[in-house]
Amino acid sequence: MAHVSDLIATDIGAYLKQHETKSLLRFITCGSVDDGKSTLIGRLLYDSKMIFEDQLAALESDSKKMGTQGENIDFALLVDGLAAEREQGITIDVAYRFFSTDKRKFIVADTPGHEQYTRNMVTGASTADLAVILIDARKGVLTQTRRHSYLVSLLGIRNVVLAINKMDAVGYSREVFDRILGDYMAFAAPLAIEKIVPIPISALMGDNITERSGNMSWYAGPTLMSHLETVSIARQPSGAAFRMPVQWVNRPNMNFRGFSGLIAAGTIFPGDPVKIMPSARQSRVASVILDGEMPYATAGQSVTITLEDEVDCSRGDVICAGESPAEVSDQFETTLVWMNDNPMLSGRSYLMKIGAKTVTASVTTLKHKVNVNTLEQSAARDLKLNEIGVCNISLDQAIAFDPYEENRHTGGFILIDRLTNETVAAGLIHFALRRAQNIHWQSVDVGREARADQKRQRPCVLWFTGLSGAGKSTIANLVERRLFAMGKHTYMLDGDNVRHGLCRDLGFTNADRVENIRRVGEVAKLMADAGLIVLASFISPFRSERDMVRRLLPEGDFLEVFVDVPLDVAESRDPKGLYKKARAGEITNFTGVSSPYEPPETPELHIQTAKMRPEDAAELIVAGLEARGLLRGGDA
Amino acid sequence: MPDLKRLFRESGKRQSDIAAAVGRSEGAVSQWVSGDREIPADLVLRIEEFTGIPRHRLRPDLWETSMTSSARPTPPDLTHLQRLEAESIHIIREVAAEARKPVMLYSVGKDSAVMLHLAKKAFAPGVPPFPLLHVNTTWKFRDMITFRDERVRSMGMELIEWINQEGVAQGINPFDHGGAYTDIMKTVALKAALDHHGFDVAFGGARRDEEKSRAKERIFSFRSEAHRWDPKRQRPELWNLYNTRIGNKESIRVFPISNWTELDIWQYIHLESIPIVPLYFSAERPVVQHNGLTIMVDDERMRIPPGQAPQMKRIRFRTLGCYPLTGAVESEAATLPEIIQEMLLTRTSERQGRAIDHDAAASMEKKKQEGYF
Repeated sequence: MAHVSDLIATDIGAYLKQHETKSLLRFITCGSVDDGKSTLIGRLLYDSKMIFEDQLAALESDSKKMGTQGENIDFALLVDGLAAEREQGITIDVAYRFFSTDKRKFIVADTPGHEQYTRNMVTGASTADLAVILIDARKGVLTQTRRHSYLVSLLGIRNVVLAINKMDAVGYSREVFDRILGDYMAFAAPLAIEKIVPIPISALMGDNITERSGNMSWYAGPTLMSHLETVSIARQPSGAAFRMPVQWVNRPNMNFRGFSGLIAAGTIFPGDPVKIMPSARQSRVASVILDGEMPYATAGQSVTITLEDEVDCSRGDVICAGESPAEVSDQFETTLVWMNDNPMLSGRSYLMKIGAKTVTASVTTLKHKVNVNTLEQSAARDLKLNEIGVCNISLDQAIAFDPYEENRHTGGFILIDRLTNETVAAGLIHFALRRAQNIHWQSVDVGREARADQKRQRPCVLWFTGLSGAGKSTIANLVERRLFAMGKHTYMLDGDNVRHGLCRDLGFTNADRVENIRRVGEVAKLMADAGLIVLASFISPFRSERDMVRRLLPEGDFLEVFVDVPLDVAESRDPKGLYKKARAGEITNFTGVSSPYEPPETPELHIQTAKMRPEDAAELIVAGLEARGLLRGGDA
Repeated sequence: MPDLKRLFRESGKRQSDIAAAVGRSEGAVSQWVSGDREIPADLVLRIEEFTGIPRHRLRPDLWETSMTSSARPTPPDLTHLQRLEAESIHIIREVAAEARKPVMLYSVGKDSAVMLHLAKKAFAPGVPPFPLLHVNTTWKFRDMITFRDERVRSMGMELIEWINQEGVAQGINPFDHGGAYTDIMKTVALKAALDHHGFDVAFGGARRDEEKSRAKERIFSFRSEAHRWDPKRQRPELWNLYNTRIGNKESIRVFPISNWTELDIWQYIHLESIPIVPLYFSAERPVVQHNGLTIMVDDERMRIPPGQAPQMKRIRFRTLGCYPLTGAVESEAATLPEIIQEMLLTRTSERQGRAIDHDAAASMEKKKQEGYF
């Protein structure tokens, strides 16, 4: 790894001293295979002497075997990693490369540029301080250039290098460069990118990469490398207020209690007043520790802070500057970048991780989606893989946050699917919805327990789920009659009946099914709150929605009753003639036929109706309720 | 009056640059320096930002009294090593907070040494809240084992040593069994150790710069019940948010030093005085030539190739593993700066000394899919 400095051979001590103070720049390269992106990165590694002889020998032999540059070295082969990609000749993921010069260390996120890789580009951009947007000089500004620039501005990257590549193929023409630059500036103007530096280059020939090009004497600006080495990166405005999400409460013994985390903004000194958000409890910093005590610590450092008071503070809280703490809310307007094959559905609940906090979130309104190529907004009901939308989201508890524009680390979040555990979206908080601050719970004097006591019963929700024709409504009806006869106050919510009124506006797409269950769940919750035993009978094919209703209710008040019957039995019963229509293609999205049913994993009650009369099933359920103590009076 | 001439000079910024940064003429700046005029109040913060000179020194009349503490310096930019350190500590803490039963794989080499040091810093003044696991093939250098036991003792951490006893009983060794040896004594042994103890997350010291296929490895790498790595099912890693949720019996390998290069590792070891195995430093050691590598005769089990006798040479190792498979380099580098100097001037990558990599081009990727770390 022959670094260029003579100091290495002559005075290694001085060299090390110099290199201890190097800074770090993380950047992303945006462009497609054809723009010469891999060639550019390979060239940067090669020109900064980061290629070893054994790697170079392998590169030379690979270039002859599978290169695209004839007898010349194909630099792209240096960076195309996985075997599958090498065969296809495209990069399909985010790869991280490293090189360093005497001034800086660089981490390059190398991401593919096609539209189907929007999620990869967003991932790479999320940690970048600067973006190099590549343009093929022969082609000029393309749709993809616009897309890349939009994503770069969305993710809050303030520094852009517009690398106009393949200048050798246009005769190093100044006119071509000027025309492309003019086109680009015209459309980039509304994107709020603070600093755009255009550089004409040829990655293939090495023009203006590390050495000034003799072919473009008309260009007076910096080479790409010298710009990357010297560009000043303000990661946050000076004087930003202190923020540190608490990752870990460090309590090795009774005498020490520290709060550990990565400082997201600002600088902290012992003695500084702080507020713990969202609780807004106040204290002062007693000490700042990293190995030993430090005079202060600043954004980007992982430290442990001790406080002067024994305040309540745990993982997920944010320690903030006392005079300007983070905002607190449970409803936000956000932008979501969808990253999963399963589309985003309004109303479905996801896990949201922000800082060190994980909460439950659901999208309440999908306001519009954004066409990443044209920036046009259009109405939508769901977001598919690589689509971007502006959404309102609602959380199950209030969190501390800053708008993403002010701080990536207290305003950026991910959504996680509860069942598959996959990361399904990246999100950016724009602002808190005022609604959340202004609509408070109206407190009432007669409470849930008082209403239940009056009825001398324990309210609960019996949730009957199963295929169409399984016998849900029949059995629920029999159970209700028995409960009624026992003097219980009940109400039955039926899948068909609610679609005549409450959910009249909904169809049977996945998005509508989710909303249907959400509404019914909220109604069931209100009725249980009113003191009733609620029997809800819905196909409710998705586990995540049934779990959502479960979480709406106090622990133990939701009983999932799985009315289980094999599909062929249900289909042979076909009481409403629906299976026949579904098989004939007259009904789409029919559960069991053209839409999936996800059976409960651990239902409270499991009834197999193929082997049992409905009366016996009802008997079994009532017995199950008794066994759980749910039918004892409120006087117990 | 503040001595602006001296302040500007110490800030390393030229007066012409300051003028350009705030959109004033050089003449205006020289008027401030000469004391003819004061810096206009609305420019103070911009000059502070550009030069790093605190506001109360630029205009003491305006800012001295209103500053909450005149002792608050503007912190300098973090260095690349500070940033890498902070990122790694963040990752280690995140695992400790979210994993059910984490473990740190400790291979005794320089990367493990750095990882262990970072773990120590992450939880100081406490001790890291997880044990260390060393998969011992029984063919490690003796110096490695001595060093390991001393480190673990001084850290006050628990060490779990795992040896594939079945492989030992069958006499599996690096001389007769080639690739199968690595598979049985390392890969299979590692999986068995993780399964036996029910660890859901294992820290590893791999770096992205080591090998091409690692460049795309995530920091959190998800493994199926059979410990297989599926490059297509990796999760996106946004900002510094890590999704650590897994299904029953699935597990995660976490690489906290992913973004460090070999040079970063050595610089950090130097800067933080982290102890490393003496084998990294040059000394006279007995060696033979074997399969094109210079192999140290570490104990009597070494099969000396016919016609050779061990020769004393000044050698050291750039990477450590099983001694019959680890090539030495002839070297005089006996101090850390000399090691770094040698590395910077050398022309071959560190993995070249490992017999394991001399396979097909995408060998590492294949090994990884099978569960090799």
